[in-house]
Amino acid sequence: MDIRPPPRSDRPVVEVRDLVKRFGAFTAVDGISFSVRRGECFGLLGPNGAGKTTTVRMLYGYAPPSGGCLNLFGEALPESLRAAKYRIGVCQQEDNLDPDLPVGENLLVFGRYFDLSRSESRKRAGELLRFFGLENRASSGVRILSGGMMRRLVLARSLINHPDLLILDEPTTGLDPQSRHQVWQRLEELKAKGLTILLTSHYMEEAERLCDRLIIIDDGRILVEGAPRDLVREHVGREVVEIAGAAAQIRPELERRGLPFEDLGGRLIVYTENGEELLVHLARDFGPQGLTLRRAGLEDVFLRLTGRELRE
Amino acid sequence: MRHRRSCRISRRFIRVWQRNLTVYRRTWKVNFLPPLLEPLLYLLAFGVGLSALVGSVPYRGEAVSYLVFIAPSLLAVNMMYNAFFETSYSSFVRMYYQKTFDAMLATPLNLEEIITGEIAWAATKALIGTVLMLLVISLFGLVRYPEGLLLLPLALLGGVAFGSIGMVFTSIVPNIETFNIPIFVFITPMFLFSGTFFPLENLPPWAGVLAQVLPLTHLVALARSCTMGDLHAGLLWNAAYLLAFCAIFFPLALVRMRRRLIK
Repeated sequence: MDIRPPPRSDRPVVEVRDLVKRFGAFTAVDGISFSVRRGECFGLLGPNGAGKTTTVRMLYGYAPPSGGCLNLFGEALPESLRAAKYRIGVCQQEDNLDPDLPVGENLLVFGRYFDLSRSESRKRAGELLRFFGLENRASSGVRILSGGMMRRLVLARSLINHPDLLILDEPTTGLDPQSRHQVWQRLEELKAKGLTILLTSHYMEEAERLCDRLIIIDDGRILVEGAPRDLVREHVGREVVEIAGAAAQIRPELERRGLPFEDLGGRLIVYTENGEELLVHLARDFGPQGLTLRRAGLEDVFLRLTGRELRE
Repeated sequence: MRHRRSCRISRRFIRVWQRNLTVYRRTWKVNFLPPLLEPLLYLLAFGVGLSALVGSVPYRGEAVSYLVFIAPSLLAVNMMYNAFFETSYSSFVRMYYQKTFDAMLATPLNLEEIITGEIAWAATKALIGTVLMLLVISLFGLVRYPEGLLLLPLALLGGVAFGSIGMVFTSIVPNIETFNIPIFVFITPMFLFSGTFFPLENLPPWAGVLAQVLPLTHLVALARSCTMGDLHAGLLWNAAYLLAFCAIFFPLALVRMRRRLIK
């Protein structure tokens, strides 16, 4: 499975400036700016309805922006949209494989949309089916595939044109852990070969594993931008102590120590640089039940910044 | 930033047409059956059953047999059905349930090319249906040649006309059940009152004028002169009507579908 080295250029692959999208009175994307460098995996994180999908849809021309600038491969949209689309692979959120065609034909017909010759399409489709472990399924119907296989086929389809930029909109939503890990492994291999990836997700594990840099957006605005590790260090610290059970007694102690914590009613979440020391103290004074020490992660950053109320 | 519409249609619409052809070829045996068998059923019912009662009908001052009268109607109705059902139900399924258009929009294709490809395919289906049906009807000696060959370009014209109007309905209906309305108020009355099964002269004058508004009336008139080998200047009016119909509803389908899908 070869990834073509993209033409050399110092311009970022994606440049987004003050991007706005309004639907009537509702503003879905409210002045977002970011850029994706060549060869990196950039994440667009946010809760449901944050504006992730709307943002990527504007990138491939599905939704015309209400304001702001979009550049792909150093050229401004929408003027260069057609040329840019030849160089983009898009893996949309919903499985929109062609159910009227078997697995292999799905790739070949897509190759035609990119003006690939029949022999080129066949060669590429064969490579992709092997890469995604679908080589024995070429003549199966799409409807009988498992969720994981469908997703892999959508991914394979998005690579048929040797894209210089891969746009993934929630690539593993709805997959079981096995399929998810398999998809991640494939994406890591593609990344290692130099493919530029723009990924939306609300799985923090996915973003931590794949993204070099990311932004967290909510209500159409950027909350933070940075590398996953830096964001964790900056916004929650190194470790997290979770306190379940004796929360009422422990709360005044935490306040006395001036430690930042979140109060979820019966459960306290403490962000700290030295969790072990705190844990030992708390265990001695209040008993060890219900105390957990763990490394801080992106999920903590995400929940701290976007809040814990449900998004519908 | 004002988003300028990149709505120029390029040759790429053929890719969409090819996709539909690829799917059609996978099940061609099933697809070929209706246009081959349907005319047989109609000819049997009308030719053997009804013809005995009707005898002959007046056509441009002459009496012609009822079978000769309705054979072109079957062809014209077949063009209408093939094209209209392709861009109504079938396109709706691809657009709404299968998200085929969404997937295509992430490729170099733009929406105008997708819709043009769909309508071109609808016209192609009308043509395929016409060829197959002609094979059967010609066996009964109901088609004059070489004039009958004009039915092939006519199928494409009728296909674009009914494919376009079907696509306009697809851009409007909220769900697939709603297609019952255009079929009930538009397609079925046309099937019955467009000079298909009885001459328009049998209608009261006001209804005859109304029939002139219906596109099928013009398609039937053209088809009839092709099968009967009776080409005359009056047909220019019918052809002009259908061309004007296409010139209105084809662009309208593009505009309406953009409004529906690109938000």
